Amino acid sequence: MGLFAFLKEKFSKKKKDEKTEKYEKGLSKSRQAFASRLDDLSKRYAEVNEEYFEELEQILIEADVGVSLTIKLVEELLEKSEEEGITEPSKINEELIDAMFVGYVESGGSITNEIHFRENGPTVLLVEGVNGVGKTTSIAKLSKRYMDQGKSVLLVAADTFRAGAVEQLKIWANRLGCPIITGKENGDPASVCYDGAKYAVEHNIDLMIVDTAGRLQNKANLMQELAKMNRVISREIEDAPHETFLIIDATTGQNGVSQAKSFKEVSDITGIVITKMDGTSKGGIILSIREELGVPVRFIGLGERMEDLEEFDLDEYLNGLLVGNK
Amino acid sequence: MAFESLADKFQSIFKKMRKEDKITETNMASAIKEIRVALLEADVNFKVVKAFIEDVKTKALGQDVLTKVNPSEMLIKICHDELVELLGADNTDIKYEKGLTTIMMVGLQGSGKTTSTGKLANLMKNKLNKKVLLAGLDVYRPAAIDQLGTIAKQLNVDFFEMGTEVNPVEVATKAKETALREGYDVLIMDTAGRLQIDEALMDELKNINKTVHPSEVLLLVDAMAGQDAVNVANAFNADLRLTGVIMSKLDGDAKGGAALSIKYLTGLPIKFAGIGEKMADLDIFYPERMADRILGMGDVVSLVEKAKEAIDEKDAEKQARKMMDGDFGLDDLLKQMKMVQKIGSLGAIAKMIPGMPKLTDEQQEAAKNEMKIFEAVINSMTPYERRHPNCLKFSHKNRVAKGCGMTNAEVNRVIRKWEQSKEMMKQMKAMQKSGKMPGGFPGGFGRR
Repeated sequence: MGLFAFLKEKFSKKKKDEKTEKYEKGLSKSRQAFASRLDDLSKRYAEVNEEYFEELEQILIEADVGVSLTIKLVEELLEKSEEEGITEPSKINEELIDAMFVGYVESGGSITNEIHFRENGPTVLLVEGVNGVGKTTSIAKLSKRYMDQGKSVLLVAADTFRAGAVEQLKIWANRLGCPIITGKENGDPASVCYDGAKYAVEHNIDLMIVDTAGRLQNKANLMQELAKMNRVISREIEDAPHETFLIIDATTGQNGVSQAKSFKEVSDITGIVITKMDGTSKGGIILSIREELGVPVRFIGLGERMEDLEEFDLDEYLNGLLVGNK
Repeated sequence: MAFESLADKFQSIFKKMRKEDKITETNMASAIKEIRVALLEADVNFKVVKAFIEDVKTKALGQDVLTKVNPSEMLIKICHDELVELLGADNTDIKYEKGLTTIMMVGLQGSGKTTSTGKLANLMKNKLNKKVLLAGLDVYRPAAIDQLGTIAKQLNVDFFEMGTEVNPVEVATKAKETALREGYDVLIMDTAGRLQIDEALMDELKNINKTVHPSEVLLLVDAMAGQDAVNVANAFNADLRLTGVIMSKLDGDAKGGAALSIKYLTGLPIKFAGIGEKMADLDIFYPERMADRILGMGDVVSLVEKAKEAIDEKDAEKQARKMMDGDFGLDDLLKQMKMVQKIGSLGAIAKMIPGMPKLTDEQQEAAKNEMKIFEAVINSMTPYERRHPNCLKFSHKNRVAKGCGMTNAEVNRVIRKWEQSKEMMKQMKAMQKSGKMPGGFPGGFGRR
């Protein structure tokens, strides 16, 4: 059974739980432009031909899947259609979804999304990304998630650069009721990390989350600053940071791959959080990032509420994007 | 810098093409294909790429049989012209009203509204001497108002806020009342980021629009934005009648294809570009420059190509031979100066030569004025005097100066410049003979 049929069956039988509903709701706008176009396409053609594949290519590129991955996917489909004599458009679409799924799964190791906690002592999560992707908001959502699971959380405001950044995190710490370590405005972010690590050890914190300033990945000095923060943290807490999340905005185009590459060079990215997926963007860039760098998506932002950060689930993502309740 | 990788790609395409002497359907097809991929990888919208490619194809094929130019040059020119057209031909400033100019900043979350609000204020206050009031309408994102307040303090401009427990429409209304009452030139309203499909929040913007009637509604677009950017721009435009776009984060390595797409599909002018994290890092968006950058014209090669195009080749050859032989009069000097002007403004040329310092607007203006003086002085001489400026006596100079309304000093300056140029010619000839400078003059004069 193909994946498409599998998803359809799985999600039609399954009593819709909260998670499925969140995915379907959050991705409904993306789906309208993606799944319904695929659907429409398969209805317009009696059998696949060159134009069909061209249109397929367009749909994928417009979902920010990226040129090279799109060409690769479409060529695979062409081959398959010729070899196995598949001419039915809806069958080809199912093959496409299978290919996307398989490609994602095969590009990296097994995927467990939740933060991996150490047995003893604080676990440190460093959060990075370019400007305006939603780092601070994602941190608030992650904190809520783990506090609800009974973990003690410490926030470290290492964005000493942007006006109002510390204030923004402070407001979240207040609302969440968790401690926060801040430094001087325009001070050295590494020294805030140092203070944070000390506090985390002394107070036996389970999860220390470090908010960093947004930086464009081509600014060498700012990327070095990140490397320095990594060094300082690792001196204070063994093997820290244990998790490093790169936040990627779903509206990002092909530059997303460059972001992932550059941040990976200065820090050990263990996962991606894709934000703003509740808009009309399809977030196709995550497939390219996975394809090129093997970094998994760990969490997905599906809305503005604190609860709207979900574990990334490929089944749910593809179902939400492609099948859903049309 | 944005667009550089796209420029690289174009250059590699054109390099490949240079090896062939004629455009054929086949070799153009492969170049066109590569252009297509390059544009798509730059996040130019799929539909825009399609239209662009069609235009280039049609034009390239039509001209192919008729002209004898190098096929790569022709394709450069066609692509360039198309890109300039696509990016819009003018650079556009803020439309300032007689009294208060109200500006509303809108966009998705994280597109750079607050930072750009600060940058605009900085530009208006420090460069244009405007009295600016900033208003914080983002009551949703925690500390958004603090952020703008801090920026306002840094810039030493006034700041209007009513906290976060208030309807933004009311803040806008009160801010405008304050701005009018206290005689501000400009009011910039920083609104909360929102998705274009969030009906409640879009209605809020519509209400502000209806109540305050801003002179400018500017959409922030992130240079990193992908294919969906055009949908965002279309939706904001439909609801708010945008007056322009600001591209943010152009100092990153994103190629910024969204700029092309939005301009192409909505016709909205791109008014400013964010080029750094500091408050002074806001520049006017220059479509022509951007098109040049896309084509990778930042090298001397393109200067040669442009020069070749601008001047009559035979004329240039004659000119060069004369100059080399030291037979070089004032008419020739004038011709030479005019050619250089035809190639483009001095600023444009400087931009193309790597390592050459950029001329300021004042310097360019000065160069233009200089040219006018030279022309007037030279036109006031007899043909004999023009060919033999050395024979000019004091009385002759007086006559020439009177004839053109200049002073003797200016006449002397023209003659000195001619002497310098003549001397330079001699040196160049010597260098060429000794093999230090193979092939003609810089700028491509007479290169055969």
